[in-house]
Order: sequence, then C-alpha cells, then structure tokens
Amino acid sequence: MTTVERAGSRQGLPAAPPVPGTLKADPVLAVYVHWPFCLHKCPYCDFNSHVRSAAERGHDPWSEHYLASLAAWARQLPAARTATIFFGGGTPSLMPPELVSQVIMRILEIWPPVDDAPIEITLEANPTSVEAARLADLRAAGVNRVSLGLQALDDAALAVLGRQHSVAEGLAALEEAQRHFARVNLDLIHSRPGQTPEAWAAEWSRALALGTEHLSGYQLTIEPGTRFATLHRMHRLDLPDETAAADMLLLTRQLAAAAGRPAYEVSNFARPGAECRHNLAYWRHQPWVGIGPGAHGRLPGASPGEWYGFAAIRRPEEWAAAVRSGKPLALAEVEPVDPDQAMRDALMMGLRLAEGVDPSELARRFGRNTDTVIDFVRARDLAEAGYLRVAQGRIRPAGDGWLLLDRILAEILR
Amino acid sequence: MTEISRIRNFAIIAHIDHGKSTLADRLIQICEGLSEREMREQVLDSMEIERERGITIKAQTVRLEYRARDGETWVLNLMDTPGHVDFSYEVSRSLAACEGSLLIVDASQGVEAQTLANVYQALEADHEIIPVLNKIDLPAAEPERVKRQIEDVIGLDASDAICVSAKTGEGVEDVLEAIIHRLPPPAGDAAAPTRALLVDSWYDAYLGVIVLVRVIDGRLKKGQTIRMMATGAEYEIDEVGVFTPKKMPVASLGPGEIGFITAGIKEVADTRVGDTITDARRPCTKPLPGFRPTRSVVFCGLFPADAADYEHLRESLAKLRLNDASFEFEPETSAALGFGFRCGFLGMLHLEIVQERLRREFGLELITTSPSVVYRVHLTDGTVKEIHNPADMPDPVRIAKIEEPWIEATILVPDEFLGAVLKLCEERRGIQKDLTYAGSRAMLVYELPLNEVVYDFYDRLKSVSRGYASFDYQMADYREGDLVRMTILINGEPVDALSVLVHRSQAERRGRMLVKRLKELIPRHLFKIPIQAAIGGKIIARETIPALRKDVTAKCYGGDVSRKRKLLEKQKAGKKRMRAFGKVDVPHDAFIAALKMGDE
Ligand SMILES: Nc1nc2c(ncn2[C@@H]2O[C@H](COP(=O)(O)OP(=O)(O)O)[C@@H](O)[C@H]2O)c(=O)[nH]1
Ligand code: SF4
Ligand SMILES: [Mg+2]
Repeated sequence: MTTVERAGSRQGLPAAPPVPGTLKADPVLAVYVHWPFCLHKCPYCDFNSHVRSAAERGHDPWSEHYLASLAAWARQLPAARTATIFFGGGTPSLMPPELVSQVIMRILEIWPPVDDAPIEITLEANPTSVEAARLADLRAAGVNRVSLGLQALDDAALAVLGRQHSVAEGLAALEEAQRHFARVNLDLIHSRPGQTPEAWAAEWSRALALGTEHLSGYQLTIEPGTRFATLHRMHRLDLPDETAAADMLLLTRQLAAAAGRPAYEVSNFARPGAECRHNLAYWRHQPWVGIGPGAHGRLPGASPGEWYGFAAIRRPEEWAAAVRSGKPLALAEVEPVDPDQAMRDALMMGLRLAEGVDPSELARRFGRNTDTVIDFVRARDLAEAGYLRVAQGRIRPAGDGWLLLDRILAEILR
Repeated sequence: MTEISRIRNFAIIAHIDHGKSTLADRLIQICEGLSEREMREQVLDSMEIERERGITIKAQTVRLEYRARDGETWVLNLMDTPGHVDFSYEVSRSLAACEGSLLIVDASQGVEAQTLANVYQALEADHEIIPVLNKIDLPAAEPERVKRQIEDVIGLDASDAICVSAKTGEGVEDVLEAIIHRLPPPAGDAAAPTRALLVDSWYDAYLGVIVLVRVIDGRLKKGQTIRMMATGAEYEIDEVGVFTPKKMPVASLGPGEIGFITAGIKEVADTRVGDTITDARRPCTKPLPGFRPTRSVVFCGLFPADAADYEHLRESLAKLRLNDASFEFEPETSAALGFGFRCGFLGMLHLEIVQERLRREFGLELITTSPSVVYRVHLTDGTVKEIHNPADMPDPVRIAKIEEPWIEATILVPDEFLGAVLKLCEERRGIQKDLTYAGSRAMLVYELPLNEVVYDFYDRLKSVSRGYASFDYQMADYREGDLVRMTILINGEPVDALSVLVHRSQAERRGRMLVKRLKELIPRHLFKIPIQAAIGGKIIARETIPALRKDVTAKCYGGDVSRKRKLLEKQKAGKKRMRAFGKVDVPHDAFIAALKMGDE
C-alpha cells in the first residue's frame, strides 16, 4: 500500500478510488461477485463468509447495494466489456435467484459481452438438498456453470470438515446439477486429518468417475484464525506428514491426467478446453473487477504497465453502510502497483499454470525488462535440477517443481 | 575535603543474585542519596542490558553521608561490583580503592563459587571483611547453617555476621553501623604530593571521558595540572566531583576520598586503569602498584550480515570501545564472510553482551564465528606465535608443538549432582585438584583447558545441576596439547567461519554435535545437504539435511495476490538473514548457535 491511499484506511475511512481517468477505460473484464453469507462457518474456512439469518441476507436491500456498486464501477470503467462472470462466496447458491438474474443483466448492460458467443457465468453452490432445489432457477437466471463444494466422498470426513451435507446428498445435488448444467466443477479437499494416500487415491478416482469436465483438488491448508488452526495448535488434528501430503499431491495429478483431466493449474483439473475461463484471468493477470463485501479487483491504469489493486470492506453491514452513504465502491484498500510489481504478480500467478509464462510477452505487456524481476540464472539452475521447464520461450513448473512452487518462486523472483 | 577519620571506603562483594544491588539500593535510601521519586530497583545498574539481565557489568560507586547513631555524620564510599567471572577484573579494581568489604551471602543459598573467589580477592587486597547474611525474610533462610558454612569453607569468623533483608530493610542500619565501627579509616597524607589511583574511566556524551579516582595522598582540584604516570600525558582538571549517585561537583578531593575528575580527555583508551595520577608541578616519586592489565581470553570474528555495513560496524565498535576498553578489535577477512573484525573479549558473557549491544544500540545484524582461545604455537624454527584464529594456523609440518591456556575452576554443587558434574569435568579433559564437603555441598577444584570451557561449559554445568552448581575460574597456565583443526563442510564445501581447534580426543564428540546442531539450524533446501566434520582429509562426523518435499499454496485466486506477495516478501526477508555458502543458505545466527551444544 502506498502511504497516500493507506492514510484513509488507517483512519477507518474507506480508501478513495483513483481519480477518474487513472484507470484504463476499456478493459476486458472478469467480473467477480462476492456473496458473503453462509448457513454455517466451516472450521477450515478463512474466506470472507458470515453467518446471517435468512432475513438478514434477503433480496432487499442487497439488490439495491449490488446494483449501486455496479453503477459506480461502470463510471470508473465506461468502455469495458465482460469476458466472464463468477459468483463466489460465502455461499452464492443462497442468493435469491432473481438477484442473481438482476446482477447478471445489469453487468451485461453496462459492460457488454466481449464476443457473440455466450460468456461463462459460474456460481459456487453447496450440495445440500435445499440448494439443489434452486439450481433450475439459477440456470434460468443466466448461470451456465456451477462449482459444487462436494469436498469429500466420505461421511466421516464431511463431518470433520463441518460440512452440512452427506455424501448421498452431495451426489444427488451433483445429479441435479448435471441435469441443468453442461459445465460442472467438483471441489474436493485432500490431506485431511487421518487421511492416507491410498484412501485419497480411491476417493479421487471415484470423483473422477463422476463425469464432470472439471475438478478442483485442494490440499487442506491450516489457515490462521480458523478453528482448525486452534485445534492444530493443540495437537488435536492428526494431519498427514509431509511425505504423505507430497504423495497425495502427486497422486492427484497422476490420476486426473490418466482420467483425461490433466492439471492446468496447481489444484485445478479439466478436460482440455473446459478450463474455468474466469479463474484463468487471475492466473494470466488479466483485468478483473470485484463487486460485493470483501471482493478484490485488479485493473490496469491509464498509463501502460501500471495497475491498481482494490479490496472492498469485508464486513457485509459496513460495506452496505458505505454504499448507502455515498461511497458505492466501499473500498478498504487501493493499492497502486508499479510495472515491476505487476510483472512479479503476473509471474507468481502465471507459474501456477501448466502453460506457464512467456517472459518476452510479460516484458511487452508491462514495458519492462524481465531481468529486473526474474533471476534467470537461478531459473536455469532449477530447470537443470528438473523443477522448471524452459522451452519454446515459456517457463513452467515441471516434475516435483509442482510440489515446491512457493519455494521456487522465492528463489527466482527478485 | 573530608576529615579522613570520618571516611570509610567499602566494596560489596557477592555471588550473583545474592543481593548486592538491592542492598546498595537500601543503603542509598537510608542515606537519602536519592529522593523517593528517583529511586528505582537496582538503581546502580544503569545499562539497559544490566537491568534486563539483572547483572552488574560496570563497577559503580556512590558517596553516602550517614548520620550515625552517635549523632556524627560519616562519609561512606560504596562500590558495587560485578558478580560474573568475565568481569572479575572490575572487582579487583574496586577492591584496590577500598579498605574493607561487605561480603553478602544469600542465607537461603549459602556460599557459592563467586563468594569464594571474591573473598580471596578481598583478602589479597588486605580487606577487613564484614559477613552479611541477606534474605533472612525468606522462609528458606538458614542463617546459622550458612554462618557455619562461611567458617568451614572460607575460614572466616562469622560470629559477628549481620543478618539482613535487603528487601524489607531489616538490619540494614546495623550494616551501616558496622561499616563505621568495624572497618578501618583510610590512611593518607594531605600535605604530601598528589597520588591518586585511576580506578576506572568511561565515556560520557556531554563531559567526555570521566575518570574515577581514589585519592591516596595530597589532593585533586579544579584547574590543577595532573600527570598520568604511566603514559606521561598531562591534563588540566575541568571538574572534580562525587557520585551521590548523581554527579555532584565538589571543590576538591582529599586523601581517602573517591570521586571523579574530567580533564578534556578524548578517549577512554588514553587512560590506563590502575595508573597513578599525580601533580605535574609537584609529582610524587613512586607510583602505586597498579593492576594486572586485562587480557582478552576469547576471540571471535564479527562480520556484518550485510557487507555494506562494514563501515558502520567499524564505527560502532570504535564507539563501544570508548566505554569498554576491555575488548579489542582488528580487521579480519574471511573467504566465506568477507570483511569483518577479529575481536577479543574477557569471556563468553562479555562477547554476548558486546554482540547484543551492537545489535540493539547500533542496529547491526552480525555473523559471529566460532570463538577461540589464544594458542601458543611453537614453530620448528624456534619462534612462538600467539594464534586465536584457526585460519591463521601454520602448516602442520612447521609446527613443533601447540600450547593451550588452562584455568583453575572452583565449582560448588549439591551432593546429588556431584556425579554429573564430575562426569562433565572429566569429559572436558579436567584434572581434579580437590574435592571437599561443606555440609551437603561439595566444593570441587578442577584444572580445565579453557577451550573446553568457553563455548558451553557454563550452560552445561547449569543444566546437569538443574541450576544449583556455581562456578568461578582464574587463568592458570599454558600446557602442551594435541590440538587439531576441525573443518566443517556444508554440501562438500569447507566453511572457514565454522572451523575450530579441538583436542584430538574431543574431536569426534565435538564434530558429531556440531553437525547435528547445524542440521537443526539450516533450513531444508530443494536438494539434500550433507554436513560433515573433518580433520585433515578424514571425515569424522556426518549428517544429512533431507530435501524439502512440498511447499506450495493450494488455493490462489484473485483475492490472494497481495497476501501471497506478502508471504513471498517475508520469505525473501528471511533469506536476507542468511548467508549463502555455495548453494546453501545458512542463517546468520547458526554460526554461534551451532557451538552452544545444548544437551548431549
Ligand atoms: N526475598 C528477598 N529477596 C531479595 C533480597 N535481596 C535481594 N533480593 C532479590 O534477589 C534478586 C537478586 O538481587 P540483586 O540485588 O540483583 O543481586 P546481585 O546480583 O547480587 O546484585 C532480586 O530478585 C532481588 O529482588 C532480600 O533480602 N530478600
Ligand atoms: S461454505 Fe464455503 S465459504 Fe462458507 S464457511 Fe464453508 S467453506 Fe467457508
Ligand atoms: Mg546486581
């Protein structure tokens, strides 16, 4: 954060948006909509999610707030177009379908689709029976891809993860989703307490056999401030050791590739062509805008290579109050990102992809010499050791490099 | 100037934590040296490190005016002395400025190693000694048992020992009365040519060098031209004063008095502790006996973690030396660490304190290399070299023999831990000279090679005796030893900053522990790292740090960019606190930490 912008947030005031004209007027956008409510807080979750009653998260007045916020962003980005829309959370499958529909329509009014083909519109859903019942309405609202938080195919594990659905309920929700949507993603979590690589291999194989074009397989991470973090500190979580966890990562990749859905990102697996286009925008460092409490955005500035990072106020009620009180962007932070830093971010995110990054393309995009941010000598060492592949002008992780990406980044980023 | 018969000069000596500083606080309070508001605990420990660690490093002096029970006012000069062995030279200086000592013994603990060492020093200085049993407010206090112990172990009459609680103040007045009645007044001739002992000196940002003096004959006053007899340098006195403990100017200092002078002296190094100060116009003929000069016993290399800080380190060392002439430094170059300084210290605590002050007061991040004692290397051509850096060791074919310094150590330990302490001393090549009992405590006298003591002996001793053993030592002599240079290889590359001289019989044990410690201290890398200890070409110990297997963020989407970047920056900052050896990053503090072996 720079001091100027921080000054506002330090005093608890929302940060000011950049003065009109500082942002590039016509980016092609990945539009992220954050719905911050859940029925229940999962013990591993550090997302911006809040448990509120049905009345507190109803259509009114949230519809008004989301639309006001969109209108404000429209003024910042008058000539933008939409590439993808993604409803994340929280639990967006709890959103009133008419609100989903209103938001989609308004987005496409202010920022028309980038091309004639229908754009990807994803919504995250929890596979409970209640939410499954809404899938048809959500389809009608314009959603064309769902991401189901199945998390495990083991009832005991689902209980440990604090999930509100059983395996049977989850599978029924999946069936329902597959009936309404051609594009479905399944989320699963591995390296759970007590899990062995063998058990995970069986479970993951079963998930792969469910026939979705896309799966996410995440390693359980103990995030600070969560209930799991507390249990972990008290040695009450029997997590797999490093060797087992590494084995599970490898198995996840191998089994998915064998089942025709190779990893295209560290934790994401898809049939070629079925990748999540919205998420690719993050990893390829393309512009995105975030609407809703705690949503982040990252947009190019008017001068080439300059970017701005945005973060909205996290608490739903505070966010709503800011929107109502004439600060419809409700920003907590605005962070100017200089070209070197933007290039570093692009590399950091891009190396998560199987396609990797093209340094000369980065140099063109950010107007900077890549030498200032990449230690190529170190990169070559790591390539020789088999952790990276440098070919056809691109750098990408290889072999065990996939398991060690953070360390590799620390080594090669200047 | 005070009437000499009304002056008493006394030191307070004690084992660490027996209550010297607390008793000094009480004495100052009774004599109203400080107001209620100015008083705080252990008021004489002024350095931040002293206050934090609860130890006294610099001797301190205070002039007190005591209205005695007889209605007369007496001038009492109190000297609080450091308790740690590293600073025992400070004790001997303070003792030379006084005629008597208060010997404080914790009545719940009894006699400890430094009690003994200090008493012997006080007796050598011809002191009258008043035993004081402190902490009698504690339920565990056993004054009668401790009195007997003082008589048995030290051979000092304890029948008149004074029982006090420095904490509650009980008995403290009796101590003041004993000082005026039982200690002798100083002797001296006011009419004779000026003769004063230079007890200590330190640097003050406002006044320049302040010199602490004890006047023997004649007097010191403002405007007087003085001569330092050892250096011949002459100065004009700017100011004469005493500590109450605040600095307070006085017209002059006469025989028997303790106080300070300032005289436009630029550096502490210009003054020589133990020197005799006399009048330049009317000099005395015979200087005072003075002190044995201090000698560095431990050396190590100090290198800036960031090479750009070299100048800053040089300036900081020079500034520290302004106030602590007891450490020395000279430039050193290391193949692994670049430019730095070879520094000499009075002991390991002294080393740690200087290192800590450089870090805290000057913001320096340092790499400290293996501490070494001073070896005498006899070459085949008959010459003798003093060497304190393994890197300077001549080619073995040119060496006739190597001698190493030995100490005589006194250890007091409760019976139940005696076995463990004996084992420790034997492991460290100790030679037992004496083993006697005082009640349930054993008193051990051992000769030990200093090189086995400097790194971690004290820590180990505390650990094997659960903190109940006490330890003191003095330098003894040099003896021939079968010493070899042990090299540490990290990932196959020798690291000169970690090489040490060890006795052949100890090499394997030390080597095994060193590589084991390094294995814990060096973080895992993308590849496995062998760590070896070698003598000549022969590997005597080996450990391997396994390669890192997994380090990847599972979820990383749009909102995670800033967080992830901060994580990377943290990782990079961590890397800055490491030094690369070939492809291996070694944390800066691993160098010194590796030598602190901990439990075996
Ligand atoms: N109970 C009790 N504690 C004391 C007494 N005198 C000193 N202490 C405590 O003993 C510890 C060491 O005292 P200090 O004066 O620093 O000892 P020094 O190391 O000899 O200077 C401190 O925690 C004091 O508070 C006493 O008479 N009674
Ligand atoms: S449902 Fe998702 S967002 Fe909500 S608490 Fe659970 S993991 Fe977090
Ligand atoms: Mg003290």
